[in-house]
Amino acid sequence: MSLLLQHAVILPLLVPLLGGIFLVLLGGSATPLRRTVSMVAIQALFAASLLLLLTSWDGDIQVYQVGNWPAPFGIVLVADRLSAAMVFLTSLLALFAMMHAIQGSDRSGRQFHVLFQFQLLGLNGAFLTGDLFNLFVFFEVLLIASYGLLLHGCGAARSRAGLHYVIINLAGSSLFLFAVGTLYGVLGTLNMADMAVRVAELPAEDRELVRAAALLLCVVFALKAALAPLHLWLPGAYSAAGPAAAAIFAIMTKVGAYAIVRVYGLIFGASAGELSGLVEPWLLTLGLLTVVVGTIGVLASQHLALLVSHLVVVSSGTLLTAFGIGGTAAVTAGLYYMLHSTFIAAALFLLSDNLSNTRGIYGDRLVAGPLLPAANLLGGLFLLLAVSVAGLPPLSGFMGKLMILQSSVESAWMPWIFAVILTTSLLTVIALARAGSTLFFKTDLRSGSATMPNMANLVPAIALAGASLVLVVYAGPIYAFTDAMATQLSDSTAYIGAVLGTEPQVSMP
Amino acid sequence: MEGLISIAVGVMTACGVYLLLRARTFPVVLGLTLLSYAVNLFLFAMGRLTIGAPAIIDPERDIYTDPLPQALVLTAIVIGFGMTAFAVVLALRAKADLGNDHVDGKKR
Repeated sequence: MSLLLQHAVILPLLVPLLGGIFLVLLGGSATPLRRTVSMVAIQALFAASLLLLLTSWDGDIQVYQVGNWPAPFGIVLVADRLSAAMVFLTSLLALFAMMHAIQGSDRSGRQFHVLFQFQLLGLNGAFLTGDLFNLFVFFEVLLIASYGLLLHGCGAARSRAGLHYVIINLAGSSLFLFAVGTLYGVLGTLNMADMAVRVAELPAEDRELVRAAALLLCVVFALKAALAPLHLWLPGAYSAAGPAAAAIFAIMTKVGAYAIVRVYGLIFGASAGELSGLVEPWLLTLGLLTVVVGTIGVLASQHLALLVSHLVVVSSGTLLTAFGIGGTAAVTAGLYYMLHSTFIAAALFLLSDNLSNTRGIYGDRLVAGPLLPAANLLGGLFLLLAVSVAGLPPLSGFMGKLMILQSSVESAWMPWIFAVILTTSLLTVIALARAGSTLFFKTDLRSGSATMPNMANLVPAIALAGASLVLVVYAGPIYAFTDAMATQLSDSTAYIGAVLGTEPQVSMP
Repeated sequence: MEGLISIAVGVMTACGVYLLLRARTFPVVLGLTLLSYAVNLFLFAMGRLTIGAPAIIDPERDIYTDPLPQALVLTAIVIGFGMTAFAVVLALRAKADLGNDHVDGKKR
């Protein structure tokens, strides 16, 4: 047990890595065996991330020196409350996405389970790493896996969306390397805690160079987080992806948002002098712009999957607006909203796939189709998710948006934030009401019959919708935990002390 | 040498960005390749330009080059090379699926 606890931080990386390698070796074997292996690996990952969450619950910052190289010379993995919670969120989402995938959508191509495991490896690595170049490497791991997952199965739409997605992300990777290279050239280190120390005592003549590099890095993270005007790749890619892939992609924009709060909270935080508060004004204005542009997309969507993809853009904009407001209360609200929007977006993608299967040739097009069997269940689920995503009381979206609005009262941008968030919420309600009434009420009796939905396939969507209810029912404890996360995030000295102050664990041969 | 390196990085980046904005997949892939070359050279120069010095600390010599950027470049080369190969395959696949090599799959 002590061995397990000692390596608790690296376990969420090792489990999908080993699972993925094992699945590669199983190549060509029967699908039930692969599904079992993949599911067992994800359940083990869930256990490992739960362990990590419990050990970091009381505020310990756990530092794992890979290969026992002391920081700042080696790569460190750091698990504080936020990292542990993100890893837990990823594994919970992965569990439900995999439950959906093993109902048959993993059959449309060959290496689905391998790609899925490596996607989880990349996501967990990006959440846990304490080294900027290592963050780049894990970004690449998760992107490479996501290219495969996006293109999984065939079709012209996927090829077109995949081409756009791959090329814009490759260009983003180049920008990431330019930014990291400049920061290394000036600061002489890549360990994020050490970078924070160096930025705090930066001579004035290097400041502009570091500012340029930091803003370049922000462009890359904004690209991943789908901040307008860098969000245009998202709707096409997410709506073309398979359901399980789209569900796990719901957390991909959150990786960008996480990287922004981590890097700009730590390296360019309060200790950075003139460089502190570098990106917050940009996040606020562009976040609001993203919300507006995303809502226009929601109104204009002709397909349910495309509508949900635009809702992901809106949620990403809302999240970054919260981070842009700044201050612990806003970050707390943003983190709560992030939990909510991840679950709901994934549930909507899964529901959209179920509807599309049921409606036959009508797919997820928002036109009058055949009369749906089990319409009460499907429609009720859609209503629940729509209420939650639009931010109507009493579900979690309302709580999240309310907290964000509350935290913005002190801000100079308060009128803009209120106006944009409330107006777009209303427009989202209109778009969702229109979509729902077209799908469930307007039936065309000449259009043949719909097939019965596969109930096992609906379970993950229902479970994810249930997570939204849990977020409301246990809003008090969850808010307290997100508040603890945000407080720990704002205390960069504790993070730096934990990473740089630890004694190297020298093991004598 | 500093001037030469910076001109090389600048020219390659400019050409890479120009090609990246073309409408056909082949120039775009070439643009990505040029951009990754520029990045590699840039990262290499970030360890400062030193000539005739080893990349390890040697007690006999009092000068050494920074080995870290070389390790970073190695990683970046591997990832960039793999991604270029992937982008080529994807461009071919898109051409097969969409019937032409326009990045939006438009018919002209």
